[in-house]
Amino acid sequence: MNKIWLITQREFITRVRKKSFIIMSILGPLIFAGFFALTFIFASSKDTDVKKIAVIDSSGMFIKKLPEGKFLQFEYLTNVKVDDFKKLLKKSNYYGLLYISPIVAFSPKAVQFYSFQQPSLSITQEISNGIEKEIRNQKLLSYNIQNLDNILKSIETKIDISTVKLSDSGEEKQSSTGLAMGVAYVGSLLIYMFILMFGVQVMRGVLEEKTNRIVEVILSSVKPFQLMMGKVLGVAMAAIVQFLIWVVLSVAFFLIVKAVFLPDITPAAMANQPQNIMGASNAVAQAQPQESAINPEIANIFSMADSINFYVLIGSFIFYFIGGYLLYASLFAAVGAAVDNETDTQQFMFPITLPLIIGILAMVSAFQNPESPVAFWFSMIPLTSPIVMMARIPFGVPYTEVAISMALLVVTFIGAIWFAGKIYRTGILMYGKKVTLKEMIKWLKYKN
Amino acid sequence: MEIFKAQHIEKKYGEFKALSDVSLSVPQGSIYGLLGPNGAGKTTLIRIINQIFAPDSGELFFQGRKMVPDDVLNIGYLPEERGLYKKMKVGEQAIYLARLRGLSKADALKRLKYWFEKFEMQTWWDKKVEDLSKGMAQKVQFVVTVLHNPSLLIFDEPFSGFDPINATLLRDEILALRDNGSTIIFSTHNMSSVEELCDHITLINKSSCILEGEVDEIKKRFKSDIYEVGFSGDFNKVKDVLNSKFDVLEHKIVKDLNYVRVKMLHQHQDNELLSLILAHVHVTSFTEVYPSMNEIFINMVESSNQNQL
Repeated sequence: MNKIWLITQREFITRVRKKSFIIMSILGPLIFAGFFALTFIFASSKDTDVKKIAVIDSSGMFIKKLPEGKFLQFEYLTNVKVDDFKKLLKKSNYYGLLYISPIVAFSPKAVQFYSFQQPSLSITQEISNGIEKEIRNQKLLSYNIQNLDNILKSIETKIDISTVKLSDSGEEKQSSTGLAMGVAYVGSLLIYMFILMFGVQVMRGVLEEKTNRIVEVILSSVKPFQLMMGKVLGVAMAAIVQFLIWVVLSVAFFLIVKAVFLPDITPAAMANQPQNIMGASNAVAQAQPQESAINPEIANIFSMADSINFYVLIGSFIFYFIGGYLLYASLFAAVGAAVDNETDTQQFMFPITLPLIIGILAMVSAFQNPESPVAFWFSMIPLTSPIVMMARIPFGVPYTEVAISMALLVVTFIGAIWFAGKIYRTGILMYGKKVTLKEMIKWLKYKN
Repeated sequence: MEIFKAQHIEKKYGEFKALSDVSLSVPQGSIYGLLGPNGAGKTTLIRIINQIFAPDSGELFFQGRKMVPDDVLNIGYLPEERGLYKKMKVGEQAIYLARLRGLSKADALKRLKYWFEKFEMQTWWDKKVEDLSKGMAQKVQFVVTVLHNPSLLIFDEPFSGFDPINATLLRDEILALRDNGSTIIFSTHNMSSVEELCDHITLINKSSCILEGEVDEIKKRFKSDIYEVGFSGDFNKVKDVLNSKFDVLEHKIVKDLNYVRVKMLHQHQDNELLSLILAHVHVTSFTEVYPSMNEIFINMVESSNQNQL
């Protein structure tokens, strides 16, 4: 035990000291923060300047008919040729030129928009909506229906679905699939990333020791299994530390970004933010009145966040993170021990990464339908369950299912460590031999 | 008394028999040569002594009692394929390896200081291993091997990669360790170093032990009544006499002296040879020629291979 700890320490310290680790620790959250910042920039910089658009309408159907928005105005030009005006456009103060040809009612390609900047999707959408609506109105008019205006007004309805989730105890909770999806997505993606990143590090580490031949020296002092477990655990510690750095830095960056781009939120509300994530529901309750006065939408999100049980979420995240890592890291260790050089790892890497990729695909499907058979089975199979179950949990999964999935994962990672230990023990001292899967299975039968 | 004894060791890898009924006993305080062609099973045997593998059957004894896992703490092993972590600093690495062998950090530090001074390696302490030359790295490995003061040391091809100066330094160190009471198992293909250092050997071929014993005794066992006579004078004077009674193997002239190798045709002819030749020439040397370890090695391996065919 003492020796495993010595090895674990060395693995941890050498990894944490590496430049690549430090760079990744800072870069990871910066990428996240950048992502947040971009979202905020896009969200907050919704064009505020008024855009004037020149309209040449050869069909004559739309004069003064296009609906003007707060930031979108139309001026209808007559007796101007499109080609002439195109040349003038640059010097004019128009944002763009809209040309509607006479055959607009019959051809979807009959409208052109000229501008020097790429118009945003919302502008083109607004214009095409307006034209479509006008054409529909005109077509309806041609049927000579009485009281058309009233009919049109009465059939216009607006729907905004608010979802409410029922629990077994009959409680009603306002839920948000958007938020659940976000949490699920980030959770399972993180597990996938960390398993792959640090699993490969375990493999490289084992391979390094083998090609270096230092393994000969070390194995005369410790058992192969101790060396393998020390490495797996040491790398795990590095992974956890990196993850914690990411969390802390991400929260910090997030708060900075928020303070810069959304300064209208009070410091008190911001202070409540991290606790909120940790699931302190009373903090939310206190914060709510303040916030709803300022920003009802954010308060809304908070009350939704409350509906996801964060204790369960964080608990299962830690469990699947560690369980999934142990399972895959031991397999990666076996691969590192079985081969002689980095290029030979490819043939064994593939069967190991395949279930991870399948897991990601099943995760996407689990978002669309968390109760589907695909989502269910892949959240039970231990090779994919860390990723897929993480994606299902925010939507609410029966505890028995989670328990079975966890139990299966535990049994499998113990099995994987045993299996990897056998392969490792034989492979680590075998040089210059191309190993096949058949041979590796033979190794399982060797006595130590 | 023997420090290590192995009895009837068997080891299989799947269908392949790596060791078959191997027994050996290593006397305390000896330098024990473990010889054999490549693939004979030496490395497997060494790994069994180091408890990296357990034998399928057979028994191991250490210092007169059954071997226990903790006995490895009393063994130092310098493998043939040896390496260090390239990116790790020399001092840090030496402490790490010493601690894996059971030394405390303070103890390791104290002993490392002694050895680093002895080999004038103090300035390497904070260097990364990748910045050392091969010979320098070998020195670090040697220090790490002997650091915990083991009573049994196993060196597998220790001289490979050393320049003559460092090889001599290493040889002297090995002899000094022996003189201080350590026992050394020494595996090599270099027969001249076996002649020079070993007092006992075991020869393994194709998984089996084919020869074991004291070097001097083995040489006597394999001697074939060959004598070498050195003399000044005319070789032709003795040529016919010698040819009539003995088998003349070789004649050479070195620095005006004649050397003749003669094989006796029956035992106790040595005095006859000497008196015969004394009548004609001036004898400067007269020695019985023992076979070299190299010859014994090749003979034994070839004849054991033929027996198996």
